[in-house]
Amino acid sequence: MASTVLCSIVSAEEEIFSGQVEMVVATGTIGELGILPGHTPLLTGVRPGPVRLILEGGHEETFYASGGYLEVQPTSITILADTALRAEDLDEAAAIEAQKKAEQDLADQNSDIDFARIAADLNEQAAILRTIRRTNVGKKLSKERSNDL
Amino acid sequence: MASAKELRKQIGSIKNTQKITSAMEMVAASKMRKAQERMARGRPYSDYIRSVIGHVANASPEYRHSFMMERDVKRVGYIVVTTDKGLCGGLNVNLLKAVVADLKKLSEQEIEYELCLIGNKGAQFFRSYGGTVTAASSHLSEEPKISDLIGSIKVMLDAFESGGIDKIFLANNVFVNTMTQSPTIRQLVPLDPSKEEGIDGHRWDYIYEPDARQLIEGLVTRFLEAQVYQAVVENVACEQAAKMIAMKSATDNAGDLIDELELVMNNARQAAITQELSEIVSGAAAV
Repeated sequence: MASTVLCSIVSAEEEIFSGQVEMVVATGTIGELGILPGHTPLLTGVRPGPVRLILEGGHEETFYASGGYLEVQPTSITILADTALRAEDLDEAAAIEAQKKAEQDLADQNSDIDFARIAADLNEQAAILRTIRRTNVGKKLSKERSNDL
Repeated sequence: MASAKELRKQIGSIKNTQKITSAMEMVAASKMRKAQERMARGRPYSDYIRSVIGHVANASPEYRHSFMMERDVKRVGYIVVTTDKGLCGGLNVNLLKAVVADLKKLSEQEIEYELCLIGNKGAQFFRSYGGTVTAASSHLSEEPKISDLIGSIKVMLDAFESGGIDKIFLANNVFVNTMTQSPTIRQLVPLDPSKEEGIDGHRWDYIYEPDARQLIEGLVTRFLEAQVYQAVVENVACEQAAKMIAMKSATDNAGDLIDELELVMNNARQAAITQELSEIVSGAAAV
């Protein structure tokens, strides 16, 4: 049996996941990181993006975190997300819509806009889309794999 | 003895009051359920961030942030969370009593204090009690938003960082269950490593990505916001629970009062009837 570590994802609204995992892949402030059990203590910021958990037995679950903090202790991993969602709950159409709107706002030089806020918004929508696409790819792969068997 | 008419009037007015209190009880009960749900949803985050902060306080980082260093205490800050409205039993009174006891102790040690008051009742109380109020926010409604609190928290944090105050406490009611709310005063900063269990025995430190100072600052700010927000949400649940209990006992008391008065009224009525009868009988006998 592969070794596991306790991982919890909490957002300000709720505890969205808590359980034993084999690996956590998250988007840190300075890049993607994969964390295995027994990792040395680590503290980092989280950027908007997917958080992938490899559960016991290789099953994979994807979440979306909109930013926050990631703490690693040898026996536990905690993700303190600002907001977190299960990837299945993300709405692709709404994200594309929001992204388009943000792009339009950016292009519209005349309007009196908060540039930083819209840029952050755009970033976030892109991250949501990335999460959705990754989940879809993951689903397709596992389907193909089960078809092959 | 009061006449039956007067008593009937009195009973009527008590019945009206009873209707109001029982309606308020039901309103509080339904609000409490929502407030409790909100409180339960927020709890994991505030618990987890507290344990993370506990780990950080227990680590021995190469960089010691001012949030982690104990200083000589000359001036402390209190964030006091109270309700906006009254009619909730001893909820605010108990909390304010605990705070005042603390403040008295501080005055004996010649330590000054500053107050950040969240909620109307605390503001009212300290207006007559005295004390330096640096920040206040009230009328947060039943669904407090974190954005409403950030201003007040920032004032306190800035004062802490600039050395204006050396310690920040948070005073609020903790929701134990519907019947019990306990006033609690906790230290927020400097982070208190002793209370949190950690990996002791050997020195260890995090790997910080990208930068320890930035991370700890962000994390501590988030921690304070989460704690204060949770305190406010919990306070709303406490308020509704206390209000429900207070209104329930008021309704019960009104019921008892009505029973008693009805007994007196019936006595008076019976006495009047008896008197009338005896008058008629003695009148008829005289004829």
